[in-house]
Order: sequence, then structure tokens, then C-alpha cells
Amino acid sequence: MMEIVQLIAAWSLPVIIAFIPTYALLMRKVPVYETFIEGAKEGFPTVISIMPHLVGMLVAVTVFRESGALELVIGALNPLLEPLGVPPEFLPMALLRSISGSGSMAIMTDIFQTHGPDSFLGKLASTMQGSSDTTLYVLTVYFGSVGIRKARYAVKVGLLADLVSVVASLFVVHLLFG
Amino acid sequence: MVNAIWVILLVSGVIVGAINGKMDLVTKAALDGAKQGTIVCFGLLSILVFWTGLMKVAEEAGLVQSLAKLIHPLARFLYPSVPKDHPAMGSIVANMSANMLGLGSAATPLGLKAMKELQELNPNKDTASDAMCTLMAINTSGLTIIPATIIGLRMQYGSTNPTEIVAATILATAIATTSAIFLDRWFRAGERRKGGKTK
Repeated sequence: MMEIVQLIAAWSLPVIIAFIPTYALLMRKVPVYETFIEGAKEGFPTVISIMPHLVGMLVAVTVFRESGALELVIGALNPLLEPLGVPPEFLPMALLRSISGSGSMAIMTDIFQTHGPDSFLGKLASTMQGSSDTTLYVLTVYFGSVGIRKARYAVKVGLLADLVSVVASLFVVHLLFG
Repeated sequence: MVNAIWVILLVSGVIVGAINGKMDLVTKAALDGAKQGTIVCFGLLSILVFWTGLMKVAEEAGLVQSLAKLIHPLARFLYPSVPKDHPAMGSIVANMSANMLGLGSAATPLGLKAMKELQELNPNKDTASDAMCTLMAINTSGLTIIPATIIGLRMQYGSTNPTEIVAATILATAIATTSAIFLDRWFRAGERRKGGKTK
């Protein structure tokens, strides 16, 4: 199991990098290099638009951690979470995921800095951040765009799915890297 | 909600810092946090510029459409209330494909287009239809194959194996999306039993 997972992880990116341009050039006659450059330019505005969010959130998260407030919260929650195999440092990120994608991303980078991206916590944070989306933001944008005011059960489904993704990340990371 | 969280993090940090007598650390933390945010963004530039470039090639090569063709039967099953030749079906599968390929910037406009087309089929214009709820269930559960931003951040923080989490992410997202689809159907059935609206 572990070997297959490692193999997929090691091969996924190189295979994609080789396959996409080859397929585009040979099968679809796409001018691949020019297209690549054109697309790459769009990367700048994307990153620039994340920057204010990350700066704002990282200031708040760093102040919260360095002041000792995070420690207090973790200390209070630890007896509850430890038996379940949930690292308490993970909880603030899990709580923020559905509300603010840049907020949970800020906590993830903070975890990378304090514990390292290859620590259990780092892998857990990476998996959780990648396996869910900012539910409340997505719902607001989509329903707002067509003037839907009654969302029925959509909010419930989205938030429950986020909970599932937290539990699933915990389970999968324990299983693969535990 | 974000407003409240931001203020709570900052204010509780400052208050706890004052109680602990760590005001100098709090000042330093605020400045460090801002610096960290900037550094992270510059680090992200490298991988995201490369990735959006590569994904543009994938888009031009029609890989979104190829994937869309592949998942069309699945979409028919997920959206029984949408007529199979309705334009909404095309936008729905395109949105799903773009999401799976990690083409976030392409997925959102396609999803909004699907939403608009579903609204044409919707008898109650201010209430979400069944198909809209399903579209939201799938879009909020984060279906991805390659989490490029996260790989980039892991690289930046010196991970020895930044792509190590790819398989774990795919597994977790598959579980979450499947559950979202199941929950969507389940709540809808519950609504019907209570004699709620049917369309």
C-alpha cells in the first residue's frame, strides 16, 4: 500500500509535465511554448491577489500564537482531542477552513514554519487544505450571482462535507504516514 | 464571519500577550507575520506561474473537454432533473472537469455559467433547485487531482518530498465529495418526506 502511494506521489507531477505539452503539440497542434507563456502571465495576478489576504491573516495568526493565546486554547482542548488522535494545533485550521481559505492557508504555513511540512501535522494540514473548499465563500458567490436567497439544505451539506474532509484527512494521514 | 474571526485573533492575542507580559513579542509577531505573508507570496510565484502556464496548455489542448466527455454519464446520474441536451449539462461537466484538473480560475466562471443556466430551469427564482444544491455540494467539497498551491508552499518550507501528500489528498477529497453527494440526496429525500417542495 505504502509503496504504491509513494510511487503515485513521485510520478504524478513528472508524468503530467511530460504528458500535457506532448499531447497538446502532437495531437492538437497547440503552439505549446507560446501558450505556456501566455498562461504563466496569469499566475502573477493570482498570487498578487492572495498576498493581502495572507499578510492580514498571518499577522493575526502570528500574534495569536506568539502571545500565548494559541497555547491556552490548545491546553484547554488537548484532553478532548488527544484520545481521538487529533493534534490540537490542527483544530484552529480545521475550524477556519470553511470560512476563510486564506485564513486556513495562513495557519498551514504557520504549521509548516513551526513544525515543518514533513511532520505529521504538516502532512495533515496539507491534506486537509487540499481536500476541501471554502464552503461559505463558494455558496455566497454562486447563489449570489443568480439571486438565490433560500439555499435549502446546501449550507448544511457543504459544512458536513467539510467535517467529513477533516475526519477523512485524519484517517488517511494516520493510515499512510502514521 | 471572517471579520469577527480576524478581530478575535488579534484582540485575544493582544490581551493574552498583555496578561503574560509579552507585549514586545506581540509587536514582533505582528511585524513578522506581515513579513512572512510577503515572503510566502514571492515563494508561491515560482510554482503558480509555472502551473498556470502548464494548465493553459492543457486547456488549449482540449483536455477539459476530453475529461468532460468522460464524466458525462456520471453527470447524468448526478443531475436527473436536468434535460440531457440542455446547455446547463455542458457547463456542469466543464466545471467539474476544470475543478478536477485544479484549474480554479477556469472552474469558477464555468460554474457560474452552469448556475445561470440552472436558474432558467428553476421554477422558484429565489429558492435553490435540486440541481443547484448538487452543483454546490460538488463545488464546496473541493474535488482536485493536483493541489498545486500546497505543493508550492511545502517546497518553500523545505519539504524533502513536496508531492508526498498528493495521494492522501486525492483519497480524502474523494471521500468528502462522495459524502457530499450522498448527503445532498439524503437531505432532499428528507425534505420530500416532510412534504416540502418537490422541484
